[in-house]
Amino acid sequence: MASQDPHRTNPGWPGRRRFLADAARAACGVGIAGLLLGLLARQGRALPAWAIRPPGARDESEFASACVRCGLCVRDCPYKTLRLSKPGEPVTTGTPYFIARDVPCEMCEDIPCVVACPTGALDKELTKIEDARMGIAVLTGQEDCLNFLGLRCDVCYRVCPLIDKAIKLDRQHNMRTGAHTMFIPVVDSEHCTGCGKCERSCVLEKAAIRVLPIELAKGELGAHYRLGWEEKEEFGGPLLPDVIDLPDRTPGLSQ
Amino acid sequence: MSARTQHKVSERGFLARNKWLILRRTSQFGFLALFLAGPVAGVWIVKGTLASSLTLGILPLSDPYILLQSLFAGSIPATTALVGALIVLATYALIGGRVYCSWVCPINIVTDASHWVSERLDIPKGWQPKRSLRYWVLGMTLVASAATGVIIWELVNPITLLHRGLLYGVGLAWLAVLAVFLFDLFVSRRGWCGHICPVGAFYGLIGRFALPRINAYARSACDDCMDCYAVCPEPHVITPALKGAKRGVGPVILSPDCSNCGRCIDVCDRIVFKFSSRLAQTADDATLPRRKAA
Repeated sequence: MASQDPHRTNPGWPGRRRFLADAARAACGVGIAGLLLGLLARQGRALPAWAIRPPGARDESEFASACVRCGLCVRDCPYKTLRLSKPGEPVTTGTPYFIARDVPCEMCEDIPCVVACPTGALDKELTKIEDARMGIAVLTGQEDCLNFLGLRCDVCYRVCPLIDKAIKLDRQHNMRTGAHTMFIPVVDSEHCTGCGKCERSCVLEKAAIRVLPIELAKGELGAHYRLGWEEKEEFGGPLLPDVIDLPDRTPGLSQ
Repeated sequence: MSARTQHKVSERGFLARNKWLILRRTSQFGFLALFLAGPVAGVWIVKGTLASSLTLGILPLSDPYILLQSLFAGSIPATTALVGALIVLATYALIGGRVYCSWVCPINIVTDASHWVSERLDIPKGWQPKRSLRYWVLGMTLVASAATGVIIWELVNPITLLHRGLLYGVGLAWLAVLAVFLFDLFVSRRGWCGHICPVGAFYGLIGRFALPRINAYARSACDDCMDCYAVCPEPHVITPALKGAKRGVGPVILSPDCSNCGRCIDVCDRIVFKFSSRLAQTADDATLPRRKAA
C-alpha cells in the first residue's frame, strides 16, 4: 500500500503534505474540543436566581473572566455564608455563591471576602457594605405573607440590617376586617443590599420574601419617561401656565 | 510482574531504586498537606488552592496560566494576583516549569497510578498522538477564553477540580479524576500529562531555560537495558542526551518536556543519570569529540 501512495513516493510532497495533514487533524480535533468547552462556558453563564454572588461581585460576564476559583473569599467569610460550587451543581464550577435561605450575608463592616479576593473579581472599590448590591429582596409570596394576611409578623422588617431604610412597613387599611391596619413590608431598592437576612428569617415554610438578581427583579422606565410631579417640583411650579384645573369627581358619588 | 521488569534483578536496595520517587511523593503529598492543614486541622499555613493562594497571610501565589486565560478573557487581574503569578513564573522559570507536574500536581499521582496498573495488566499503549498536541490544546484554551470571555480551562481542568474538591468538597470532581485515570489506562498511555494537558505545556514553556536538569553524565556505562525509557513519562527526551555522544550532543536532557521527576536516576543500575545544572552541557560538550563520528 505504502509504495503505491503517491504522497509517499513523490519526494517533494510527503513532508509538506504530512505537515499540513497533521496540522489540520490537530486543529480540527482541538477545535471540536474548544467548541464543546465554549458551549459549556455559555451554559455556565446562566446563574440560578437562588445563587447569590458575594458582595462586590462584578456582573456575571466579567466575573467569569476574573474569578480564578481559588476560594479565598470563602475561607475569609467568618459566618461560612459563602461556598464554592462543586462540579455537578448548577453554578459555574468553583465559583463562590451563597443561598440566602441557608446562610445569609451578615454584612461585615470590613468585608473580608472582598479584601481576600486576589484578582478583583470582587471589586475592591466596595468599601462600605451598605453599597453592596448582591440582589434585591422581593416579597414574591404576598398571598401567604402573614403581614399581608393582617397579622403582625414583621420578622423580615425587624431583622433587616437597614431597618426602616431597606424594608419599611407601609400601613394599609384591612378591608377584610374593616377595622384594622395591615403593615405591608415594602423593600426600597435604593437601600437593599440583597444580604438575604429577611429571606432567611421568614417564618413561612417557604419564604414569602426572597432575594432575586436585580436584573430579574427590577423594572426600568423608558429613558424618555418623565414623572410630572417630579418635574414640577424641580421646576418649582406648573410647567405649563394657565392649565385649567377641573374639580376631581369620585366615581359613584357623582350626582 | 511484567516482562519488562523481570529481565534482571537489581542489586541495589529499595531506597536506592526509589529515592527520587519517594522524595517526589513526599513533595506532592506535602503540598497537599499544607493546603489541607487549614480546613482539616485548623492550622492555616496556606489558604486557597493551586489557582491562587495566600501563604502565612503574606505570600500570594497565583497560577500564571489561569491568569493568562483571564487576560485573554478580557479581565485585568488585580495586583495581588499579578504579583503572585510573577513569583510563580520566576520560580518555575528558574527551577524547571514541569517540576510543577511531577513535584506538585496532584493529578500526577493519578496518572502515575494509571501507568502502574497499565504495566501490571500489560494494557496496550493505545492512541499516541503527536507531542505537539498539547500546544494546540494550550492555544485552543487561549482562543476559547478570548471568544467566550470565560477562563475556559478551569471548567474542566482536572488538576484544580481535584485540588478544589479535596479542600472545599468533592461533588462530582471525582468523575473528572476517574476520567483521567481511565483515559491514561485504556485510551492513551501517559496520554493526559504527556499529550493533552495544557497546564503542563504552559509550564514546560516557561521552564525552557531552567537550571536543574537531568544529566546522563555516565552515558558510556549505559548497557541499553531500556529501563529508563520504560519508566520515563516522556521517553523521547532521553535519546538526545543518552545516545548523543556520537553526534556531539551533550549529556544533559534539555527538552522542556522533561519534568525532572528523576525516575530515570532511580531505575538505572549503571548510575548513568544524576541531577545537574543545564550549564553542565557546555562544560561537557568541550570534552566531547565533536562531530568525530561523521
